[in-house]
Amino acid sequence: MVNKKKMKLSGWGRYPKLILDLINIKNEKHLKIIIPSIGNFITRGNGRSYGDSSLSSICVSNIKNNKILEFNNKTGVIRCESGILLSEIIEIFVPRGWFLKVTPGTKLITVGGAIASDVHGKNHHKDGCFSTSLIEIRLMLSDGSIVNCSQQKNKELFLATCGGMGLTGVILEATFSLKSILSQNIKQTTIKTKNLHQTFDAFEKYADATYSVAWIDCLSKGDTIGRSLLMTGEFSDDGDLEYSSKKAVSVPFNFPSIVLNYFSVKLFNALYYFKAKQGVSHQNVGLDSFFFPLDYIDSWNRIYGRNGFVQYQFILPKKESLEGLTKILEKISDMGLGSFLAVLKLYGKENENYLSFPMEGYSLALDFKIQKGLFDFLKELDQIVLEYNGRIYLAKDSRVSKSVFEKGYSNINQFREFRKSQGMKEKFTSLQSERLGL
Amino acid sequence: MNSNWILILGAGSDIAIATAHKYAQSGYSIYLCSRNIEELRKEAKDIEIRYEVNTEVLYFDALDYKSHQKFYNNLPVKPKGVLLAFGLLGEQKVQQEEFELAKLVIDTNYVSAVSILEIISQSFEKTKSGFIIGISSVAGDRGRSSNYIYGSSKAGLSTYLEGLQHRLFKSNVHVLIVKPGFVATKMTASMNLPSLLTARPDEVSSAIYEGIRKKKNVIYVKSVWFFIMALIKNTPKFIFKKTSL
Repeated sequence: MVNKKKMKLSGWGRYPKLILDLINIKNEKHLKIIIPSIGNFITRGNGRSYGDSSLSSICVSNIKNNKILEFNNKTGVIRCESGILLSEIIEIFVPRGWFLKVTPGTKLITVGGAIASDVHGKNHHKDGCFSTSLIEIRLMLSDGSIVNCSQQKNKELFLATCGGMGLTGVILEATFSLKSILSQNIKQTTIKTKNLHQTFDAFEKYADATYSVAWIDCLSKGDTIGRSLLMTGEFSDDGDLEYSSKKAVSVPFNFPSIVLNYFSVKLFNALYYFKAKQGVSHQNVGLDSFFFPLDYIDSWNRIYGRNGFVQYQFILPKKESLEGLTKILEKISDMGLGSFLAVLKLYGKENENYLSFPMEGYSLALDFKIQKGLFDFLKELDQIVLEYNGRIYLAKDSRVSKSVFEKGYSNINQFREFRKSQGMKEKFTSLQSERLGL
Repeated sequence: MNSNWILILGAGSDIAIATAHKYAQSGYSIYLCSRNIEELRKEAKDIEIRYEVNTEVLYFDALDYKSHQKFYNNLPVKPKGVLLAFGLLGEQKVQQEEFELAKLVIDTNYVSAVSILEIISQSFEKTKSGFIIGISSVAGDRGRSSNYIYGSSKAGLSTYLEGLQHRLFKSNVHVLIVKPGFVATKMTASMNLPSLLTARPDEVSSAIYEGIRKKKNVIYVKSVWFFIMALIKNTPKFIFKKTSL
């Protein structure tokens, strides 16, 4: 029996919203029975991708299947169902001295989602994407058959599935390894820079740090364009493993759209920048505040108001980054469409996965409240990104055009052909895959 | 390990699993019992890894009354507490037409419960300790045309548990009657439930855990249900008959 629920859903950016049928899968057997008869759909995890990757007229949710099936406490290898949240894994295993090898800036995503977006974190330059920690994926294909894939087995399927936005099948289970830690504390170093040049130099200088990310003031102009706070971190070895997740505070309602305007954002950015000590300073912080600062504020997406927002994230190859980023930052501060959550990071080598976002270079992520003129403005940014051979991150996207998208991803044809040859194209579709012809 | 065990009967239900997690989290070892052992093994393994407690999966058929005594005798360690979570809802209209289906609801919800709980009560009475949690329903508070077969079986269960409560109080055994109201579970997946009145399974399990800790007699999981049912129970019959509840 198929129990559908009509719901109005969106991604984390709350744009676009779609009325759709949501089907909760009870278990593998249940999915196998219904898969031939439910038409084309997309699998949805915790709904934390920003745009339209997890929206389709039919969405299949695997979030209730969150069991841990095996754990080896000597090697740190875990096998679990795909609906488990990273936050659950952290809560269970940090006190036992294990942490995720790769985690993005929120822990409120499912393992299935982490694979589908091949997420990355502050250690990308050292440890790559989530797929680096993956040993095996168990996947249901369009005909209901179940296959395992890995770097060794069914490799093509593996390369298409990691970063494949759920378009190759339903990820049922994953086996991956955790990393051993001695403490839940992070030794953080903050480096305050005065402009983009200095920021780039700081990234190079601290390239050996395990974790690094910069908050960038995208509204500063002229000589101070690109001024940043680069934060690097290492796990401490003080033996403190007493971890308990901080209780989140909540944004109880949508902010009226006037609250976030040019002046309030500029003020916030200035205060945030000036609050940090000059030069280099050191802090000791818990892992939640280092890795997941925004998870502390429940429903923070409401601050952009009821119309939602777009997170625009692109990456440029390293040698073209300085010029390209300068151009884009100038454009943003000229338009005054700044965001106060702008994040810059230097990435490591690109992997083989067909649609993984990272490449060696600098990525910038910015939030923009949906407002008049925004989409035209983003189209202009797209052109600069293309001019410098960059690409746009699918997990954040709700609006990029097919032609802009495909120029950024050189393996796109392999992905498309693979989907076609395996009958995936007719079964797994999202608003995003249709817009981009994936 | 010398931890306490909780015996969960009808462990396949969402409320049962949520309660198993809650008790495992506070250090209990868990017996998960139902007819569908295969699915339960995964749940058991998951609980073991998450909370580092012992679990055991056992075959239990609520309708096979004859097996109950042996089932309980065979438990390697006698439990400190019991959660009776099995139940059958079905469809009222079909049950009106087919007595066998109506009987199945009554047998599952009421007769089976009496059979197994009498055996457990005897044991708890002897050791003068333990607790029993029975999942009943607000549907038992007043008969209504839309679900009175299910409702009456739960009314029977509630009254039965009330009696146990009375009897076992002297033996230091606590009996908790749970009336969850709407809960978002497999059983109700096809219904369109009003979200303000609908609890999540983990809300039910937290309420159960607290109910035992505070020695409550009856809990409505969302307190609004207490008022709704007070209203429904106290509506004069001549008006109530005209409603379509």
